[in-house]
Amino acid sequence: MDKLVDNLDPILEGFWTTIQLTMVAAVAAMILGTILGTMRVSPIPPLRWLGAAYVEIVRNTPLTLVFFFMVFVAPQVDILVEFKTSAYVALSVYTAAFVCEAVRSGINSVSTGQAEAARAIGMTFTQSISTVILPQAMRTIIPPLINIFVALTKNSSVAAGFFVTELFASGRDLNLRYPSDGLWFLGGVAFFYLLITIPAGIAAGQLERKVAIAR
Amino acid sequence: MTSVLYDVPGPRARRRILIGSIIGGLLVLALLGLGFKRLSDNGIIGSHVWEVLTYPDVWDALGRGLVATLKAAALSAVLAVLLGAVLTALRLSPTRVLSWPAAVFTEVFRGLPVLLLMYFPFVIWTDVSPFTAVVIGLTLYNGSIIAEILRSGVAALPSGQREAGLAIGLTPLATLRAIEFPQAVRIMLPTLVSQIVVLLKDTSLGYIVTYTELLTTVRELRNFYGGQVTNDGVLFGSQVLFPIFIAGAVIYVAVNMSISQFASWLARRGNKKAATAPRRDTGIEANTGGGA
Repeated sequence: MDKLVDNLDPILEGFWTTIQLTMVAAVAAMILGTILGTMRVSPIPPLRWLGAAYVEIVRNTPLTLVFFFMVFVAPQVDILVEFKTSAYVALSVYTAAFVCEAVRSGINSVSTGQAEAARAIGMTFTQSISTVILPQAMRTIIPPLINIFVALTKNSSVAAGFFVTELFASGRDLNLRYPSDGLWFLGGVAFFYLLITIPAGIAAGQLERKVAIAR
Repeated sequence: MTSVLYDVPGPRARRRILIGSIIGGLLVLALLGLGFKRLSDNGIIGSHVWEVLTYPDVWDALGRGLVATLKAAALSAVLAVLLGAVLTALRLSPTRVLSWPAAVFTEVFRGLPVLLLMYFPFVIWTDVSPFTAVVIGLTLYNGSIIAEILRSGVAALPSGQREAGLAIGLTPLATLRAIEFPQAVRIMLPTLVSQIVVLLKDTSLGYIVTYTELLTTVRELRNFYGGQVTNDGVLFGSQVLFPIFIAGAVIYVAVNMSISQFASWLARRGNKKAATAPRRDTGIEANTGGGA
């Protein structure tokens, strides 16, 4: 216990890195995922195919493999970036596929009459998507989206295996330094993860119930 | 839904879609071309490093890696389903003493990274094998997720099912086992199978905790062939990683895609059956979105 209190600083630093990884990847994945989701319902076939292929491939690829690609394979073709940047890219690329699916199923959950009405008053595809469909889809998208970001928080721990000292890595390194107190360190790390994941999970559940009644 | 977002295209719209398609197609081609150029600039295309894929030893090693991956995944999947069923039974029991610990267990292990759970065994027992650590981590995490899946499956059943079981004199546990679980599993089968894909993908974390699975094999092959020297100089160099990585990635994606396809086939089959029965919306598919 004493060792944990004494070494709280590196753990907090790791926690901050985890938050950074999660935040940056969440924003990037949101942007990329929404673009991909819109592509998947667009009238232009090649864009639909590109979106579908992206989701199919990325969803069936382990995140560790994406990290491995960024850190070991990409440098072979002269793409050299910092380890942290690699982590940002890997997490964003991976999470975007899940955001895309959430956006697409959200769009599909808006009742057909809405789209028909938008079309009937002469709106174009872009207009009806951006002013009628997406705003309504957002309410169904938000709960699964929170769950995706909870998963992202947990997934950011994979960066520990690829030279980024985030929360899990800070606990692991302390454990190597003071093996007899290992359980305290990992317990502390677990506490900080739960600090994010449990409240977010509860929020997602409550929002889901709220949205369910409103429909 | 998709079809009502835009009209059936007339001649002008068709022309515009055609133009859009050509631009979109060119965009895709440009992306591919950019990647291709990168590869050829760095001498990977047309390089002799691809010859490494003609070595039977490479495929033997990748095969062993795949077997190790599947072994860990299969054992963890069985254990996780068992753990999930036990947790659900406990959580749904009328006794607080049983349901509370099960709820806490589920919430805690669901909220932690799999990697952290794989690391705990190493700290508790110093002489644990990486295989055991991987299986323990995967079982704890996925067991908790599966418990949640089963619980929402049971919650989606009409309450008459449980009442009928109790009315004919079955105990709550027997009702759960004989009446509710079989139906819940059927409703949630596609979600359960998708979770198995997540589990399979997470075995790759074994790479980080030194379990020799497929990805670790890729790295070991790189170290082995990348360092080989013949009389004429270096045999392949570090670029040998490229073909080996591609082979490993294709194996991963192929295995996972077949299981995913199986899951969506199950979902379609289920939908067809459900079309005649009242629709049960469980709405939790998105919940499981994305393990590592």
